[in-house]
Amino acid sequence: MAQDAKFEAKGRKFDVVGSRPIRPDGIDKVTGRARFGADMTMPGQLYGKVLRSPHPHAMIKSIDVSAAEALPGVKAVITSKDLPDLSGGDQGMKDNLINTLARDRVLYDGHAVAAVAAISNSIALKALKLIKVTYEALPHVTDVDEAMKDGAPLVNGGAITSGMEPAPTKKSNIIARHQFGHGDIAKGFAEADIVVERSFTTEATHQGYIEPHACVASINADGFGDIWVSTQGHYNVRTTCSALLGLDSAKLRVTASEIGGGFGGKTVTNIEPLALALSRKSNRPVKMVMSREEVFRGTGPTASSSIWTKIGAKKDGRITAAHSIIKFQGGPFGGSLVDMGAMAAFACYDLPNVKTEGYDVLCNRPRLAAYRAPSAPMVTFATESVVQEICDRLGLDSASMRIMNAAKEGTKSSYGPTYGPIGIRATLEAAKNHPHYSAPIAPGKHRGRGMACGFWFNFGGNTSVSMGLNGDGTVALSYGNPDIGGTRASLSMMAAEELGIPYEKVRCVIADTATLGHNDITDGSRVTFAAGLATIEAARDAIKKMCARAAKTWGIAEDAVVWEKGHAKPAGSNAGKFEPLSLKQIVAASGNTGGPIAGHYEVFADGAGVSFGTHIADVEVDVETGKVTVLRYTVFQDAGKAIHPAYVEGQYQGGAAQGIGWALNEEYIYGKDGRLQNAGFLDYRIPVCSDLPMIEAVILEIPNPGHPYGVRGVGETPIVPPLGAMANAIAAATGVRMGSIPMSPPRLLKAIEEKA
Amino acid sequence: MRFAAPATVEEAVRLLGAEPGHAKVLAGGSDLIVQMKTGRVEPDLIVDIKRISAMRTITAEAGGFRIGACVPCLAMEENASLKATWPGLVEAARLIGSTQIQGRATLVGNLCNGSPAADGVPALVAANAKVRIVGAKGTREVDVLDVPTGPGKNSLARDEIVESIHLPARSAHSGDCYLRHTPRTEMDIAVVSAGVFVTVDGAGTITHARVSLGAVAPKVLLVEACSKAIVGTKLDAKALGALAAAASAACKPIDDKRGTVEYRTKVAGVLARRAAETAYARAKGAK
Amino acid sequence: MSNIHVTTTVNGDVMEFLCEPDESLMDALRDRLSLTGVKEGCGSGDCGACSVTVDGRLVCSCLVLAAEAEGCKITTVEGLAKGDKLHPLQQKFLEHAALQCGICTPGFLVASKALLDRNPNPTEHEIRYWLAGNLCRCTGYDKIVRAVVDAAAELRRTA
Repeated sequence: MAQDAKFEAKGRKFDVVGSRPIRPDGIDKVTGRARFGADMTMPGQLYGKVLRSPHPHAMIKSIDVSAAEALPGVKAVITSKDLPDLSGGDQGMKDNLINTLARDRVLYDGHAVAAVAAISNSIALKALKLIKVTYEALPHVTDVDEAMKDGAPLVNGGAITSGMEPAPTKKSNIIARHQFGHGDIAKGFAEADIVVERSFTTEATHQGYIEPHACVASINADGFGDIWVSTQGHYNVRTTCSALLGLDSAKLRVTASEIGGGFGGKTVTNIEPLALALSRKSNRPVKMVMSREEVFRGTGPTASSSIWTKIGAKKDGRITAAHSIIKFQGGPFGGSLVDMGAMAAFACYDLPNVKTEGYDVLCNRPRLAAYRAPSAPMVTFATESVVQEICDRLGLDSASMRIMNAAKEGTKSSYGPTYGPIGIRATLEAAKNHPHYSAPIAPGKHRGRGMACGFWFNFGGNTSVSMGLNGDGTVALSYGNPDIGGTRASLSMMAAEELGIPYEKVRCVIADTATLGHNDITDGSRVTFAAGLATIEAARDAIKKMCARAAKTWGIAEDAVVWEKGHAKPAGSNAGKFEPLSLKQIVAASGNTGGPIAGHYEVFADGAGVSFGTHIADVEVDVETGKVTVLRYTVFQDAGKAIHPAYVEGQYQGGAAQGIGWALNEEYIYGKDGRLQNAGFLDYRIPVCSDLPMIEAVILEIPNPGHPYGVRGVGETPIVPPLGAMANAIAAATGVRMGSIPMSPPRLLKAIEEKA
Repeated sequence: MRFAAPATVEEAVRLLGAEPGHAKVLAGGSDLIVQMKTGRVEPDLIVDIKRISAMRTITAEAGGFRIGACVPCLAMEENASLKATWPGLVEAARLIGSTQIQGRATLVGNLCNGSPAADGVPALVAANAKVRIVGAKGTREVDVLDVPTGPGKNSLARDEIVESIHLPARSAHSGDCYLRHTPRTEMDIAVVSAGVFVTVDGAGTITHARVSLGAVAPKVLLVEACSKAIVGTKLDAKALGALAAAASAACKPIDDKRGTVEYRTKVAGVLARRAAETAYARAKGAK
Repeated sequence: MSNIHVTTTVNGDVMEFLCEPDESLMDALRDRLSLTGVKEGCGSGDCGACSVTVDGRLVCSCLVLAAEAEGCKITTVEGLAKGDKLHPLQQKFLEHAALQCGICTPGFLVASKALLDRNPNPTEHEIRYWLAGNLCRCTGYDKIVRAVVDAAAELRRTA
């Protein structure tokens, strides 16, 4: 189980790693040939559509599907009766079942109630209108603070709060309480020269991937099935769908399509079990593609939050204590990931006294799905706002004050573990020494500069990689994680590096669930780290085998052969005695030396190094309209080792853009009726091209001790600092410190006028 | 649902008049097709008028311009003379949706769709444009202001089509401008908007002004009080202040997901002022 | 509902298909002609992933009825490369790593080509505003804009 990979590349000169080759899936993607979720068809396929609840909370009194079933061209209609409860006491699976298709009640606007398969999309849509559902409305709540009040409507029946001592006797919407920290905050605050405490709120956002969820599913009478799906984790689709439908995992083969963005939102199942259930009932393949409205109403938004943060510091800026109370709602089942927020809130700093409390609250909103460093952006907005206010009130330099407090190797983190070598100080120093920090802001009215730091844990997890070697000197590399940011390129590069062959000689594919061992979901910034580690180890496995074959060919001991620059060479006393054998030569001759050669590696990768970044933003505020323009933006982040620097930069830039969107305009807007009012890209405003400047990306490399090349995940951290950086820049430009995200024009103008 | 693409306006009018069910005219389609997809409208007949060649051109007429109902917004910018004469209107047309939308969407469609937030309409109102409506009973000319009657509604009879828009001859020393506020720079619906047309005399005094506001009432407003506030002035600070106050006073907005009453009222004044400054500068010869 | 017969030229080839009267051009291109490089991100003209040109005009094919395409000339992303030779925009998107997931890429390429056909030397500002109807959620647009600038320079060199 435990993996023993260690950083060992100190001073190593890489041939491939660190270069910027063209990605292997590139040409397909610029010519339109790449096949995404909705681009697959199966022979004889039907089209599936979902009926969704217009109510935020209601009992389902009856569902009459007879008229829909009678419509010519309709081949199957399913309700919860077609998905019996097989969860067997597994609460997570039960929640999944309920979320897939509502049972006795609907829990949010957009909750799936029934599904139809028909011979065309238009007939399926017509059939949905013929389904008669009788609802009995229940009181609802969509706001986290409201949901925590005494007398709030209990969502999904409410719960006895876990993590409370003593346990409450009455059910509430607070499903869990979490606490982290160390030291004595009362003592810490007593030692402080300045104490600042503030309240904050953030609205829910959506991952906003451009590709809606899509799949094609086929299941036969014998239980063998196939599903083609846009997902971040096809093994998870297999596990979840098998469990929900009562299938053998081995019989269900899941193939991941190209994925048009996920950012965490495609780590869970939505329509996939429905497509399989419709296929089972109709005995035909069924294709399902969500509309954009369904994506917003029915899939993975983030938590919305209400946060109180208090920080105390000495006059020189040294933080003496920090305390935060964090309330998240993440939909009707719990799992708001507030625990991660409570862990991440103060992770950038070396604090003697720290405490965070997190409350996981039920609301009548869609079930949360992870969104890029889930929970960290919101808590970091609160922390970095208060840190900056302390800097400003004490007249301290923003970077220097943060450097003074930055966590370092050996720091006991605010969430428990003691840090190894980390990059927070390095990113802050790089920021402080960068022209963006030292140059005066470009002249103009109401302009300001802000900075903020951010942290993310990064994950590793279960990973399988297989590598087949071919007689022409090429390598077939299989891994099991959908490629959401260029991992086929980075894994091909690591394979080529380790084997000593050109990048172009590696063909990297994402295996389906029937052809490679288990792989955890593409999440937690884990793939370049974990699958990269497994790729390197699989290459080493293959190298060991090739060296053995060379030894056999030469008639010398296996340990007398070394692998250098793509060749087996005799070493030690045999050095120079035989001509080196290339990978191609060894594999071409493998039929005579013992058969085919392949490398593989299976691991639970647990050495993911934590990640830190620092962002600087320059903004201009139109103080008459509240509109914010981003003038300049720079990201500094530790990548451990950048395998393909262009895609590392891309992660930094893309994450920053998402964070800027969250900071300024993105939000889920609910009416008093509990219905989502902006379920489309027109009124859910992700940044457009003209909203942003160029985003400078500065890569730092502090090697991760848990990876042979020093790789750390880079994907998530970039979305963490922008909320705070933008709030701090706006404060510098206007003197107004915003306590609520998004800092949209109406909110900001109101705050500016209230101050004036 | 049936689809027809007649080659003449007469045939289009006949099709509309003969349809017993619900008929819709399709020009750029950027509103209609979205409404069809969301189920807000379920027409029995679609009459695509883009095959009517006379409705696809911009021509000089009576010292002004006649813009056919099927001219996409982007084609307005491509007409150098129109762009030089009515820069504010052309800028408004270039704010409707994206480049892609502007390749299809038409000013007439923008007008007939009846949205109080339509970007094209305040600029047309400020320009004092007229539309030519063709129906079974003949042809009539109507002020643009009288076409929309409320959100999603217009004053056309079921067998009538707007054939074209006419922009009047523009006196020398005139200028127009359209500004809107949106949270994003592009791809957004106006939260508030203002269109201004002014004419100045040789001394730079405003002799004539039309000020319109969008998204602050059930339909686009032409605000006389705004004109009064600046006519006879050289748009000094006092006049600008009075203009902004008059604009805010004219607002009867709603609270919705895009903005609050308070916000729209305040920003209407800001935009009217800023648009007037640009229109005034243009009237005085600024490019 | 009876289907409509449409004859149209797509990427230089005359093609025929039958469509429902309310079917979008996007659906017809994807489902009837297998041109799945035309992507659906929203179906309401808000994301640009389905961008194509119709008679030279850049449009969202989700907001065009298939029936309207009768007699028109349509270009999709599949029509950009000439044989095995990529269009300079395609090549520059690869070299600049201007795509991550790739779902928005066809729309960006078609829209960028429409820009460069009109304006061979656009400024960054002009590029950003022209492409504002194409949403990308992965890249933050930085590398896309750089790729378009570079492709424009390449096209000017070889023009």
